[in-house]
Amino acid sequence: MSPSKFKEPRTYQAESDDWQLLPFRFERMDGRVLVTNMVGEHLFLEDAEFERLADKSLPVDSPLVRRLRAKHLIRQPEERTPLSLLALKSRTRNRRLAESTGLHIFVVSLRCEHSCPYCQVSRQSQDRDRYDMSLETAERGLDMAFRSPSAQIKIEFQGGEPLLNFGLIEEVVCEAERRNSRFGKRLGFVIATNLALLSDEILEFCARHDIFISTSLDGPADLHNKNRPRPGRDSWERAVEGIRRVRETLGVDHVSALMTTTRASLDRVREIVDTYLELGLRGIFLRPLSPYGFAIKTKSYSAYEAERWLDFYREGLAYILELNRQGVDMTEYFSSVILKKMLTNTEPGYVDLMSPAGIGIGAIVYNYDGSVYASDEGRMLAEMGDETFRLGHLTTDTYEEIMTSEALLAPLEESFAPSAPMCSDCAFEPFCGSDPVYHYATSGDFLGRKPESDFCRRNMAIFRHLLDLYENDEAARQVFLGWAGR
Amino acid sequence: MIQLRGRAAAFGLKHPLSRAVWLIVDRDTMTPQRRGRAYLLRKDEDPPDGFGLYLIKDPDDAPTGVPWIALPPLLTYVSAGDVISVSATGEYLRVLWRRDSPNNSILLTERCDHYCLMCSQPPKEREDDWLLDNARELIRLLPPSTPGIGFTGGEPTIYGERLFELLRLCRNLLPEAEVHVLSNGRRFSDYGFASDWAGVGNPRMMVGVPLYGAEPALHDYVVQARGAFEETVQGIVNLGEAGARTEIRVVVHRQTAPALPEIAEFIARNLPFVEQVALMGLEMIGFARANMEEVWIDPIDYQAELREAVSLLARRGVRTMIYNHQLCLVDRELWPITVRSISDWKNEYHPECQECAVKERCGGFFFSAKYRHSEGIRAIPAEDSRALLQV
Repeated sequence: MSPSKFKEPRTYQAESDDWQLLPFRFERMDGRVLVTNMVGEHLFLEDAEFERLADKSLPVDSPLVRRLRAKHLIRQPEERTPLSLLALKSRTRNRRLAESTGLHIFVVSLRCEHSCPYCQVSRQSQDRDRYDMSLETAERGLDMAFRSPSAQIKIEFQGGEPLLNFGLIEEVVCEAERRNSRFGKRLGFVIATNLALLSDEILEFCARHDIFISTSLDGPADLHNKNRPRPGRDSWERAVEGIRRVRETLGVDHVSALMTTTRASLDRVREIVDTYLELGLRGIFLRPLSPYGFAIKTKSYSAYEAERWLDFYREGLAYILELNRQGVDMTEYFSSVILKKMLTNTEPGYVDLMSPAGIGIGAIVYNYDGSVYASDEGRMLAEMGDETFRLGHLTTDTYEEIMTSEALLAPLEESFAPSAPMCSDCAFEPFCGSDPVYHYATSGDFLGRKPESDFCRRNMAIFRHLLDLYENDEAARQVFLGWAGR
Repeated sequence: MIQLRGRAAAFGLKHPLSRAVWLIVDRDTMTPQRRGRAYLLRKDEDPPDGFGLYLIKDPDDAPTGVPWIALPPLLTYVSAGDVISVSATGEYLRVLWRRDSPNNSILLTERCDHYCLMCSQPPKEREDDWLLDNARELIRLLPPSTPGIGFTGGEPTIYGERLFELLRLCRNLLPEAEVHVLSNGRRFSDYGFASDWAGVGNPRMMVGVPLYGAEPALHDYVVQARGAFEETVQGIVNLGEAGARTEIRVVVHRQTAPALPEIAEFIARNLPFVEQVALMGLEMIGFARANMEEVWIDPIDYQAELREAVSLLARRGVRTMIYNHQLCLVDRELWPITVRSISDWKNEYHPECQECAVKERCGGFFFSAKYRHSEGIRAIPAEDSRALLQV
């Protein structure tokens, strides 16, 4: 054995400095340059380094070359691995497109015993014939759901308050299970309910059919009850008691809660998080208020300050990270969705942050009256008289007609972020998504004008904030990796 | 450390031996089958008829009228259930299999198209197919209940179809065995080869492939082969697509230690489908001794990079383990993923270890640590051993 047989590192460097650039985008951030490759892997470069990348003046022995090659930003002309790995990662990220619609929302009743001022769709009414879904309509909805090529079918019952039409839920669940014995899909059920009408019979049925509960919880009692008036002013008490019973009967992982943010929430994010913690909920979704429906009519949206919401989000996230540092397992779900897109090749499947958009092909809505909508927000617009996102009707239109309707294809195509003006060269695009319904509601077309888009401004601020923490806060980075990996 | 080869103390053979591989049996374990069995004679025991070879521990006990070999003094530990190979002359013995050891690893060839800076088994360019023949014989002699077997090289995939035959033999004769094969992975860059590998159809089979960089320059330098990174990475991708269970092994040394985080990031982003990643301590033997200056690094000097690499992988759901590391050199928070991985026959402890409270759970040392070991070795007091309870 002779050490002289071994060759020096430079023997194995690239043969020439004839680099090819692979697709990348960049954004200046805090004096450095953020560079993202085509699948969203990121790297921060100093200005001078970025100049050398742009000029392709990269000596083969430069340490920068090693970082750029590892992130698939440059390659040697004959190298195949960077291309095949980028292809593999792109394929993984877009895998859900081959699956098509996985979430099927059944609006089983428009009636509700709450009268929330920001609610877009509910009705105070006893008129079951008018506002409840019929069994015939529900069965047509199931016909449609089982036409989806997706191996996974999740049926979500919404309202109004869906428990007001629980009889129909029972029939749909049993019928779906019966049909699925032929299809063998992974079938799951969720009821989105305020839990005020929860009974032992309902819980027992949910336990028997492994049904998940998604409820609403806006924070401490006074805040929640102010947001959600109902006779008896006990919305919070009923929700909290309901969450406790669901955890005990169905299991702690069978209930999650969503919050609605109002102006009154903005100064109280710690209390809101604490409320979730006290109830044993291990995650919270710090949501902005949507601009749809009655929320626009009652002007509660225009009063809503985007910057103040960002402060609310940042303060809440900081508090949740602090809790994690103390060993408390708590997740902020919106950040978690983005971090998955940032740090893995997994597409988390969050409908409002997908490209192509999740409307219709990620989730689809069967309204109580048999109308089919591309999204829940699309249905809310229709309640206000704008039927742009109505894809058809269960009794008159076939699956093929609905899924290839212009009402679905046009917004999907026009909003597709990788080809949208300003999105196509945005470094954050791989973390982001398309929301044609939001942009239509706020600016009148599916694409929107990005410099004026609150969707864009809000998401960009969040991306920057998360990247800043990931790069500069060691403890936050560890938590983020864990959220991304879940 | 346990010796695995030696020269017979004495032997009495009329003819050269007709076979190389022998399963040792004795009075208590005798089976009706005698072909391929060597009978271990006890003192004053009369040799039973029909065995091709008789083994004794003391040359003074030589039997008459049968072929016999007196075991080398350092190999007298062998017992029934072990398998040895013997040269045709009877002079040279090698222990191939120790029934009671969890670390039976079978060398299939010394040929390799890598020339790694730290290779513990430096490659030799000469025909050694007899190693494969011996491995086949060995598998036929092992009991069907054998829990595990490892194959190593050199580069076992040079045998192509003949390797698959061996692996099918394992699948058929050793249905309970976890089969682990070490390969540099390059041949799997041919998808057909990866697909044939998966076609062996053994759910207990896994291939361990080394990766030493997140881009070609570093990996190719460490393995001293231009183009290796391209082929190995494509090979791992192909194995994944073919549905083969794959482990990535990263040996940590002076060249790879600073790059651990970028290697971990690369794996987590590009190869997250692998079953596990093993971050391995360096064995100071073979080329590692020759290239001491290039490869030696004290593990206490790369704990930050090790911690970072584990975090980048494990938190994103890639199972990660640390092999060949002494617990006293590894951060407490990493203790739960350390594996006691140094083969028993290579394992030794430092004098300092006598007082150590976690010695039984520690990787210990390669015997080759006598050539170089960390400055940080120290006994862990009993009150600090609690970190292990998280395991």
